[in-house]
Amino acid sequence: MRLINRKPSRLTAFALGMAPFVAAIFAYAVASHYRRLDNPADKLLPSLPDMAAAFSRMAFTPDRRSGDYLLWIDTFDSLERLGAGIGVSVILALSLGILIGFIPHVRASLAPFIATFSLIPPITVLPILFIIFGLGELSKIMLIVVGTAPVMIRSVAQAVMDIPRELIIKAETLGASVWQMMVRVVLPQILPKLITAVRLGLVPAWIFLISAEAIASTSGLGYRIFLVRRYLAMDVILPYVVWITLLAFILDRLLLMASRRAFPWYHLGGDSL
Amino acid sequence: MSAQPKVSVRNAAKTYDGTVVLERLNLDIEPGALCTIVGASGCGKSTFLRMLLSQETPSRGEILIDGEKLPPEPTPDRGIVFQRYSVFSHLTVEENLVLSAEFDAAPLTGRLFGAARSKARDSVTETLERIGLDRARTRYPAQLSGGMQQRLAIAQALLKRPKILLLDEPFGALDPGIRADMQELLMELWRELSMTIFMVTHDIHEAFKLGTRVLVFDKVRHDPDAPDAYGATITYDLQLDRDSGAAVPDPGTLFSSPTMTTRGDAPDA
Repeated sequence: MRLINRKPSRLTAFALGMAPFVAAIFAYAVASHYRRLDNPADKLLPSLPDMAAAFSRMAFTPDRRSGDYLLWIDTFDSLERLGAGIGVSVILALSLGILIGFIPHVRASLAPFIATFSLIPPITVLPILFIIFGLGELSKIMLIVVGTAPVMIRSVAQAVMDIPRELIIKAETLGASVWQMMVRVVLPQILPKLITAVRLGLVPAWIFLISAEAIASTSGLGYRIFLVRRYLAMDVILPYVVWITLLAFILDRLLLMASRRAFPWYHLGGDSL
Repeated sequence: MSAQPKVSVRNAAKTYDGTVVLERLNLDIEPGALCTIVGASGCGKSTFLRMLLSQETPSRGEILIDGEKLPPEPTPDRGIVFQRYSVFSHLTVEENLVLSAEFDAAPLTGRLFGAARSKARDSVTETLERIGLDRARTRYPAQLSGGMQQRLAIAQALLKRPKILLLDEPFGALDPGIRADMQELLMELWRELSMTIFMVTHDIHEAFKLGTRVLVFDKVRHDPDAPDAYGATITYDLQLDRDSGAAVPDPGTLFSSPTMTTRGDAPDA
């Protein structure tokens, strides 16, 4: 049989999916082992047990100075910023995106501006945000908004314009007002695509979050890894990177599950990533 | 024919950027007619239907319904069934049918709640049974066959009691067997409601089987130096007597262009 027609069984698919992870961990363990043969105090590639110990210290031992459980404080603070930033972006994307996609006059007036605004490299406005909003939470949240909202607004507007015109005309012949079409046709039609936009927006959102925390913060996952960098503490940095990745992965899967649960009609024909 | 025609078209034409698509359209359609519209692809029959719907406006001339000028946008007095995307994919069968009642009753939310909602849902039960979708009432359109989706679309459009029903190749994507069932259903509904129906089809047999009036669209005037100067118009306007069972004429006698075929027959040049 041709290769394209051979489909792996569930078990095979799982094993194949795990193989690259196992290989990466194995390669790391081997490299770490040989480095530490040369120099038992090597800091660059700490052993897996060392990293586990450092991670459990961050998670389960109170900090000597503050008495806080640092990992959980960092995680909570970072997720709070991420959630607030993405939340604001979602509200902007829904309100502006639907108006731009649905009302030609709003599109004519706002689409060129948003398109231009979305081309500003967000990190370049970070100094401006720090000057305007200070070094507190607001400037970090605003950076995430500046970095994610324009693209999300545009993808929602595009999703609205991709709704088959037939559906809108049908709604008109059923006597719907513009507002009724927005809440009963346009909004439900684009909500699954909004979730996709959020999932894609989370990728840059994490980048801006970690950047803002690295530059000016006193807590958060990004703050922590840039802080311990000064002591070459790879045994903390590497587990934190894995932890951040895991959080991002879980958020992504939760959104996908929420979409499948809430919009079964959208996921009926074929499945998406 | 009664005193006032249901639909009157007065010297209507449609031009896109200098290209004449339709020209010199003059027509009076009596109430209760089932008017089928045939023609080669690209001859403007769907454009004509879109003008009846106000999805497009005539470049010249005017269209009257019950003696009054058409509103400039689609309104509930004209129901529509498209070939595809006629029902709302995010709503179940039942929700699709209740939607227009919800638009009427709830200007702000477009949604009914509690007792009003139960009542609205109960009120469509008869319709669901009539179109054979009572077992599928909680399914989404993507879980229905093409024929079931189109039955739902027709029922949804009729619930609004439009003055005229517009059908744009409604059965074009269906299998022949299903298509015959759908034609049957359409004829029954048309007789029951004695409604004026316009139906665009590319199937000339369907046009003559269903129609009480067959309009043939074709491009008859050609200028070799300016191919866009003239558009299509109504070349034949045939009043059919349903009971005598009119024979389907040879397409070659109806169309000047060799592109028109019937059900995949070889082009009749």
